[in-house]
Amino acid sequence: MTKLDAASRHDLTLHVNGRPQAVSVEPRTTLADCLRQELGLTGTHLGCEHGVCGACTVLVDGVAARSCLMLAAQAQRHQIETVESLAEGGQLNDLQQAFRELHGLQCGFCTPGILMTLTELLKYSPEGSEQEVRVALSGHICRCTGYENIVKAALATLAQRGASHGPR
Amino acid sequence: MGHADHAHIGQRVLRAEDERLLKGEGRYVADFEPAGTLHAAFVRSPYAHALIKRIDASAALAMPGVKAVIDAAQMAGYLDNLRMPLGWPSKDLPPDITPYVLTPSEVCFVGEPIVMVLGDSRYIAEDGAAAVEVDYEPLPVVADACAAVLPSAPKVRLEVPGNVLKEFSVGHGDCEAVLRDAPHVFREKFVQHRGGAHPMEGRGLLAHYEPQHATLMLWASTQMPHELQFTVAKALGLQDSMVRVTAPDVGGGFGAKFVIYPEEIAVAAAAYHCRQPVKWVEDRMEHFLAAIQERDQFWEVEIACAADGKVLGIRGSMLHDQGAYTPQGINCAYNAATAVTGPYSVPAFQLDVKVVQTNKPYVIPVRGAGYPQGTFVMERLLDRAARELGIDRALIRERNLVRKEQMPYTKPLKARSGRHLVLDSGDYLGAQQAVLQAVDYSGFRQRQQAALAQGRYIGLGFAHGVKGTGRGPFESGSVRVSANGRITVATGAMAMGQGLNTAMAQIAAQALAVPVQDVHVISGDTAHISMGIGGFASRQTVTAGSSVHLAALEVAAKIRRAGAHMLQVPESELQLAGGAVVLTADPSRRVNYADIARILRGIPGYDLPPGVGAGLEAVVHWEPTDMAYVHGFHACEVEVDPVTGGVTLLRYVAMHDSGTLINPMICEGQVHGGIVHGIGNALFEYMRYDEQAQPQSVTLADYLMTTATEVPRLEVMFTQSPAPSNPLGVKGIGEAGTIPVTSAIASAIDDALSDFKVRVTQIPVDPVWLAGQVADAERQALGQANT
Amino acid sequence: MKPAPFHLHLPSTLDEALAVLASSSNARAIAGGQSLMPMLNLRLAGVDDLVDLNGIAQLTGIELDGEDIVFGAMTRQREIERSALVAQKLPLLSEAVSYIGHCQTRSRGTIGGSLCHLDPSAELPTVAMAMDGELTISRQGSQRQVPMRDFGLGLLSTCLQPEELLTAVRLKPWPAHSGHGFVEYGRRHGDFAVVSAAALVELAPDGTVHRSSLTLGGVAHVPCRVSAAEQMLQGRRPEPEAIKKACAQAAEIPALTDPAYPQWYRQRLAARLLERAVLRALDRVTPALTKTGP
Repeated sequence: MTKLDAASRHDLTLHVNGRPQAVSVEPRTTLADCLRQELGLTGTHLGCEHGVCGACTVLVDGVAARSCLMLAAQAQRHQIETVESLAEGGQLNDLQQAFRELHGLQCGFCTPGILMTLTELLKYSPEGSEQEVRVALSGHICRCTGYENIVKAALATLAQRGASHGPR
Repeated sequence: MGHADHAHIGQRVLRAEDERLLKGEGRYVADFEPAGTLHAAFVRSPYAHALIKRIDASAALAMPGVKAVIDAAQMAGYLDNLRMPLGWPSKDLPPDITPYVLTPSEVCFVGEPIVMVLGDSRYIAEDGAAAVEVDYEPLPVVADACAAVLPSAPKVRLEVPGNVLKEFSVGHGDCEAVLRDAPHVFREKFVQHRGGAHPMEGRGLLAHYEPQHATLMLWASTQMPHELQFTVAKALGLQDSMVRVTAPDVGGGFGAKFVIYPEEIAVAAAAYHCRQPVKWVEDRMEHFLAAIQERDQFWEVEIACAADGKVLGIRGSMLHDQGAYTPQGINCAYNAATAVTGPYSVPAFQLDVKVVQTNKPYVIPVRGAGYPQGTFVMERLLDRAARELGIDRALIRERNLVRKEQMPYTKPLKARSGRHLVLDSGDYLGAQQAVLQAVDYSGFRQRQQAALAQGRYIGLGFAHGVKGTGRGPFESGSVRVSANGRITVATGAMAMGQGLNTAMAQIAAQALAVPVQDVHVISGDTAHISMGIGGFASRQTVTAGSSVHLAALEVAAKIRRAGAHMLQVPESELQLAGGAVVLTADPSRRVNYADIARILRGIPGYDLPPGVGAGLEAVVHWEPTDMAYVHGFHACEVEVDPVTGGVTLLRYVAMHDSGTLINPMICEGQVHGGIVHGIGNALFEYMRYDEQAQPQSVTLADYLMTTATEVPRLEVMFTQSPAPSNPLGVKGIGEAGTIPVTSAIASAIDDALSDFKVRVTQIPVDPVWLAGQVADAERQALGQANT
Repeated sequence: MKPAPFHLHLPSTLDEALAVLASSSNARAIAGGQSLMPMLNLRLAGVDDLVDLNGIAQLTGIELDGEDIVFGAMTRQREIERSALVAQKLPLLSEAVSYIGHCQTRSRGTIGGSLCHLDPSAELPTVAMAMDGELTISRQGSQRQVPMRDFGLGLLSTCLQPEELLTAVRLKPWPAHSGHGFVEYGRRHGDFAVVSAAALVELAPDGTVHRSSLTLGGVAHVPCRVSAAEQMLQGRRPEPEAIKKACAQAAEIPALTDPAYPQWYRQRLAARLLERAVLRALDRVTPALTKTGP
């Protein structure tokens, strides 16, 4: 069994965005802080640090979770994906492009977390309805957009992916 | 290629900001960390009112990684004054009303900062803060505004003579005569609460003194960079030019960042004196405790009407909770008072306002800035009169609205400046009719009856809201074409998510006949423009937009003049197209902007072209002469569960007029966000305090904000009545969506529960209260059935 | 809001975890972290030794044991939500899980964590009470079985000793012809329920109530069975007036009171939401019945 002593930093390996990453953290370092400070992945934001606002959302083994409520050391067992993994070859992916075209972001602070939740939704609920989209978004708080265009961007991406897969 | 190819104003131009933000490459204050950065955490008062008897920092200082523990005495040595200056000085207010940078002896609200701890990480700084021992002697607490005015009330602060900060009255006409003689008078009491601003990014500042530039660099999540520059420079005894404020990406403001805070001065002072970067990023708890709020207003009003619903007069009083300090004046109370009559013609009006202090965080405007509260009063009074007089709610509004034909309509009410409020343009009745048609108002009673037959209680409500926007005294805009042909716009206006940079680029690009993406906008950087006011009160499109537009036109005029000289033709034969000035008759004869800029940059030994002046640039500080009035009319359909009192929004339709729309896509987004903020105020957002002014709702689990499942589709329409008072005809929009929301929702709830004679007079609407009203009515009905 | 320092233990077996709990005077286990991490971040809870249960494979899993379903305490709420076995055998649980928080919390939150935290309005304790769940509690060298009725002692307080861990939850399915209904009122989707109601109803061949389980969350300190109502329904035809009268018993239960939601409000919701839950359960049992009546 591993015991991480409170007073020291510990060298761990996390699997982030498809690559193993060496980090040095205290036991109490949250996954969110580790991503931001150790790995320079500042796209994941801190809005509340008590698990309500969703700004810190990342994918843990493909499933959305709040990184402010995980310890970096707990993340060792998992594949972590952050917003920085979405763009393909530096180009916005279809979901990000839909956000841009439909004005689904304003200040951008809540946006990365929402993109990760929608990334999971697109994968697991490819025929998602508007209600399903809103339910998935209910774990996020946005103060700027009123959610209207975020929902539109999500539905547009679902429709586009559905169309490109062709009729059953 | 003509000018029409560059008609960018009115286009749904995609935002330049987005690509970066979508990739997670936004740069917010928390994302910067130069080498050697010290992190700040604050020891904050756990009492709403107490004397500080003793501070012992020894345990904190002994902790590895804690680098400094700074109290008020030490901080005073860094500053010209331990007390914050009053933002926008006013002789109307008493002295000693602003907060301290760090409070030396008397704490006056829970969360007031007392000691700043600097550590190698925020984790360590918080450890240090937890280890600082402070002994307090608790003092009596004034927990709310009603308690503050009681004769037995203790003092909110020992420094001030009494709890009443200011009393003032606004009004016009002879209310006494009107109320005395009117055929119908209805009285109401309202309690209106608005919580905090809660941008998703909290406050924050990174301060770093760069010795090679002899400059204190501040990366600040702020709505007022020049004000921050000025305030820090003054506090530290520095030239303005030695302090540079750069706003990075700002994750929303909504008023929370529209004041200079003690923490910001403390961090800047520490960085300057320690000669190390100091970073403070507030967490959500700190935002709950110590960021500004709007909080409570208590209204008692009466409305006098003729039998046909024509309003004869409105009179009343209002009590406004200002909190323990006043860092920036009492705009919120003032706005609420002057907003009451709104888009209506009210012959007599009198409101007596008392602004009082309480042992709670200070109050300055949150998005809407008092206008939602004034609007609520008017709209609720009209609904009340309509119900009592048996007049349709839409008709009573129609009878009292200022009409399009009457514009510009000079209201009898005067602003503080002594000038009358003038409704400049707009078709309020037209908007009402369009929206009520869109929601099929005439068919609603039938739908309501059908729902009732199924045991469902639905209601329809609606309201108007207006606000004067484009507040001065000025905003700055500079446009510069550099010798390599790049076009840069700089402005003292601030981007905080509303797409300001894109809108300014559209304006400049149109005036200079270039593609939008050729214009680079720098906002919120004091090094790029010497003066500015900042982002609040829905002012920036009007003021910064006008300045940028006029500056771009000045540059365009220079281009023509220089081009005429260089091409040896009269200016009348030239036009601007594609980044060059061209001879209309023969476009092959042209000079690029870059070449003109190079010439105007000056070559030693050669004269500049005559009458043009050096540099292809211009800066304008446009001053508005009149406010530009925005208008919105909202209608919403709700369902109320009579058992739980839970309210569901079924449909929301709004028509807005914000004059010329620079970018309709951005404008829609602003109204969406404003509406949803209003929904939060109507149904969810409540800062609960106990009788010792201890905040009870200090997490986002207790303080509820609107989420995606609580909002229906938002159907937003626009008309454009240009503002006569600025060159682009634009009006503000940032707050417009918020103003009518609480009124429309309250009206809808009354309509849904009219069987139970519910009248919503308190905001946010509490489901417990609604359930109680229904329960009372049920009991009464049962009592009558049993007799 | 950063947590205060603690030692972090990452056991891979149950015995390793129990050993740390036995040896430390201030140790806590962390399961999904959705309740504990906010408390640690806010420095509302202090712990010297945090024992991470997430690496202990033997604590996860949903298994059929005879007729019963047994959940490892570390089974994620998300897994329960997606389990075809649970949907088939424990439809009340399946319905209730979707009310728990948000998908982003269910991905980490566990059944064991929720039961041990024992928030009075949490869905999983309410369902476990409704179904007379049986809990397996382990300590070094031994384990005990505790019925759900005896697990909660008071507000946010269980009978777990500091050196013990909840390791499994056993639920006995109701017959396939029984009906289930879960109803709750929260301010927004995903919020903690103010009051929740769970109903299970089994009818006899003559159409009377053979047995029922009526449970309320968010009313008392711990989820509570409304035995008075269950007794009133026993052996009677489940007609609307009888249901209303039985559920009205719920309003007599002394309820939690706080500045936001006073006792009378919770009692009002208790009676009315329980009625809705029963009607929903009956809808699922004998669709014909609820379409008759006045």
